[in-house]
Amino acid sequence: MKPVRRLDGWAVRRTLTRRGFLAAGLGLLTACPPNRLTAQTPDSLPGTGPSGKLWDPSRAGRPLSPVTAADNDAAIQAIEKQIRCTCGCNLDVYTCRTTDFTCGTSPAMHRHVVALAERGQTAQQIIEQFVKENGVAILMAPPKRGFNLAGYFVPSVLIVVAGVILALVLRRWSRAANAARVAPEPFAGVAASPDELERLRRELERLSV
Amino acid sequence: MTVLGTLVLWLAFLIGVWGGLAGLVGGWKARPDLQRSARHAVFAMCGALLVAVASLEWALFQHDFNVEYVAAYTSRNLPIFYTWSALYAGQKGSLLFWSTVLTVFGSLALALTPRRHRELLPYVAAVVSIVAAFFVSVMLFGQANPFQRLPYTPLDGNGLNPQLQNPGMVFHPPMLYLGYISITIPYAFAMAALLSKRLDADWLVAIRKWTLLSWLFLSIGICLGMWWAYVELGWGGYWAWDPVENASLLPWLTMTAFLHSVMIQEKRGMLKKWNLALIIGSWLLSIFGTFITRSGVISSVHSFTQSNVGYFFLFFLIVAGTASFALYASRLPLLTAEATLESMVSREASFLFNNLLFIGIAFSVLWGTLFPILSELVQGTKVTVGPPFFNQVNIPLGLALLALTGIGPLIAWRRASLPNLERQFAVPAATGTFAILILLVAGMRDFYALVAIALGAFVLATVVQEFARGARARHRQYGEGWALALGRLLARNRRRYGGYIVHTGMVILFVAFAGMAFKTDTEATLRPGESATIKSPYGWTYTLTHLGVSQYDALNRKVTAATLDVSRDGRRLGILTTEKRQHVDALGRDTFQPSTEVGIRSDLREDLYVVLAGVVNGTEQAVFRFTINPLVWWVWYGGMVLAVGGLIVMWPGGSPAAKRSQAGYSVRLVGEQ
Repeated sequence: MKPVRRLDGWAVRRTLTRRGFLAAGLGLLTACPPNRLTAQTPDSLPGTGPSGKLWDPSRAGRPLSPVTAADNDAAIQAIEKQIRCTCGCNLDVYTCRTTDFTCGTSPAMHRHVVALAERGQTAQQIIEQFVKENGVAILMAPPKRGFNLAGYFVPSVLIVVAGVILALVLRRWSRAANAARVAPEPFAGVAASPDELERLRRELERLSV
Repeated sequence: MTVLGTLVLWLAFLIGVWGGLAGLVGGWKARPDLQRSARHAVFAMCGALLVAVASLEWALFQHDFNVEYVAAYTSRNLPIFYTWSALYAGQKGSLLFWSTVLTVFGSLALALTPRRHRELLPYVAAVVSIVAAFFVSVMLFGQANPFQRLPYTPLDGNGLNPQLQNPGMVFHPPMLYLGYISITIPYAFAMAALLSKRLDADWLVAIRKWTLLSWLFLSIGICLGMWWAYVELGWGGYWAWDPVENASLLPWLTMTAFLHSVMIQEKRGMLKKWNLALIIGSWLLSIFGTFITRSGVISSVHSFTQSNVGYFFLFFLIVAGTASFALYASRLPLLTAEATLESMVSREASFLFNNLLFIGIAFSVLWGTLFPILSELVQGTKVTVGPPFFNQVNIPLGLALLALTGIGPLIAWRRASLPNLERQFAVPAATGTFAILILLVAGMRDFYALVAIALGAFVLATVVQEFARGARARHRQYGEGWALALGRLLARNRRRYGGYIVHTGMVILFVAFAGMAFKTDTEATLRPGESATIKSPYGWTYTLTHLGVSQYDALNRKVTAATLDVSRDGRRLGILTTEKRQHVDALGRDTFQPSTEVGIRSDLREDLYVVLAGVVNGTEQAVFRFTINPLVWWVWYGGMVLAVGGLIVMWPGGSPAAKRSQAGYSVRLVGEQ
């Protein structure tokens, strides 16, 4: 075999003899005994038998329970979208439990919602129960009463008031401008009648950028 | 290298302080030596901070885990791409990135601004130096030095948060930062105009490109952030009205208002006070956004670790706001308008209402963002202000703005006549009405979605009409072919027609947002071979068959992948894979909680969005969430159209006549001959 010098100074062989190849194969067989190769169980095939066990379940995150009908219940979801998860994620319970699968808080809150619903409580009663237990901050939007009304209506009211003021100011300006307006006089040296100038103004208006 | 990094930070700070003083005194006393020195200070500060960035990158790539920042945000097995982006992944590095980019922009502004604006430049250099020195001071005095060393050397670092290991996250933060940072340049010119009392159109001309650049970066940054949230976070949406998202939207809204109202100043010499206030406000909002992100005053999924840098930003915000508006107030008598509004039915008036809506939306977003604090102060209880609140308040305002997007450009400057209005609005109004009728016949009943799509059709018709009329005029006048006429129309008046392309992008975005009203989702537990079905808003039925779960190791993570076979109405569409990823360091230790990699199948009409929630009892029986998101692809497409339109608007060149018409007035100061 012909030695070749590598950049790091170690010598390696570029070609392999038959004897070397057999020795390497023997070494490989010793390192991987046949029983280790056959010990693996076959994967489960689609639609056949029970689900196969994962090699390392911990990689797949927190173990989950199968989905129930309540998990997909639109009424339950609608309630959960109004309640904030208390894990600190700033999301509603539904979004958190269907997004952050490491969170243990939102599934617990979901179970609480389902339990209250199974006891026959209405959506409003369930939400009130959460507010009673956790305070008003549990709601994704503040209730429309008291000072919170300012939260909802101050922007709109201000915009409307500003819009009215703006409209009044614009009207005053435009009236003042109209009052000050005099009939257009032809420029000295420009042979154009008032009619022609008016036509020009209309054309410019049409082409204005 | 870290010693060098700290040294150059100190050097940059001292140069910044000098640059600020030299610029202000040099401008005030008209001393050319100090003016030159201030200009050179910005260049020197830029050089020093670039050395600091190189030092930090060196430490990152050398895996010098004795540096606290390197250990906190990288690991030996982190891909190179993300090792580079770790520069701005954390609080300390992002402050360095911010100050460096600011001085780069400042240097470019000083080097590229024509000499005719030279009276403004010392003050520009002073403002840039002061702002950059502030950011460096936060690093030096706010315990945010990225070169801080640990008392020991860990074998490996913590690695980068898995959610940041996404190409969107490599580009989204720098784009947003570039947007935030570049607002400082128009602000610096505005301050320079106020300080030097040169309040003619010159400063507007000098900042036009910078304002557009800043707006473009912010737009791209916001769109990339939406894309990242959609593909990475796994909640099936792209905008959650999070305080930090809101913080990026605020300056974007005020900048957009400015880009409209500045046209009135350029054409009519009006709104000078308003435009200056908008520029100052935009910059203060960018600092406010930084304060929100870094102070922890409002809880947000985006926030950096809470630290005392928030106090620095609050202090700076108060001082800078007070100083800016005090100066502004002192110059108000010099900011008289050249003309007055002539008619309520004019483009000027429509732009004023457009500005009112932009500022109104910005105010309502700011109000909602700060309302929890206000509520705590007034009621003693902190309330949550989430998407239901923001949607309720902002959707009607957004739709009104969309309507004005179509109305504004069709009304003539100064005064519109009735025939003018009839001629301009007949086709677009008919198109909007036709669209709403078609949608009603098709069975759509969601009010906001109906209005959004009808208004979108109206605005799109206005844009098409404008392009068609312009191209027809060229075709008739010059005998050009239609394609050539259209191309030249765009090339000769980039600002106007580029603006229409931006409006088209906005229409696409609004229609795509309306699509989310029809989002459907379901959860299912499937064994291999089992199928679940989900109905799309278009009436199709998707069948998803679970094929199995596989586990394997990748570069810096252990992957659990579930594969599904997807078919729609019996026709096979292909395979979709969704993953759970457990990231590990080079020693194989788990670094973060398992994260989710979403499987998405996109087409023009809807996205099928699949998330692997987890497995049952450690078996291949997997829990999935399936979501159908209509029109999501159009959000990205709308963002691209918006960016292309913005690029066209700011592209250098254009016809001299158009340029003259855009900067065609010169304002005399009161009392000036």
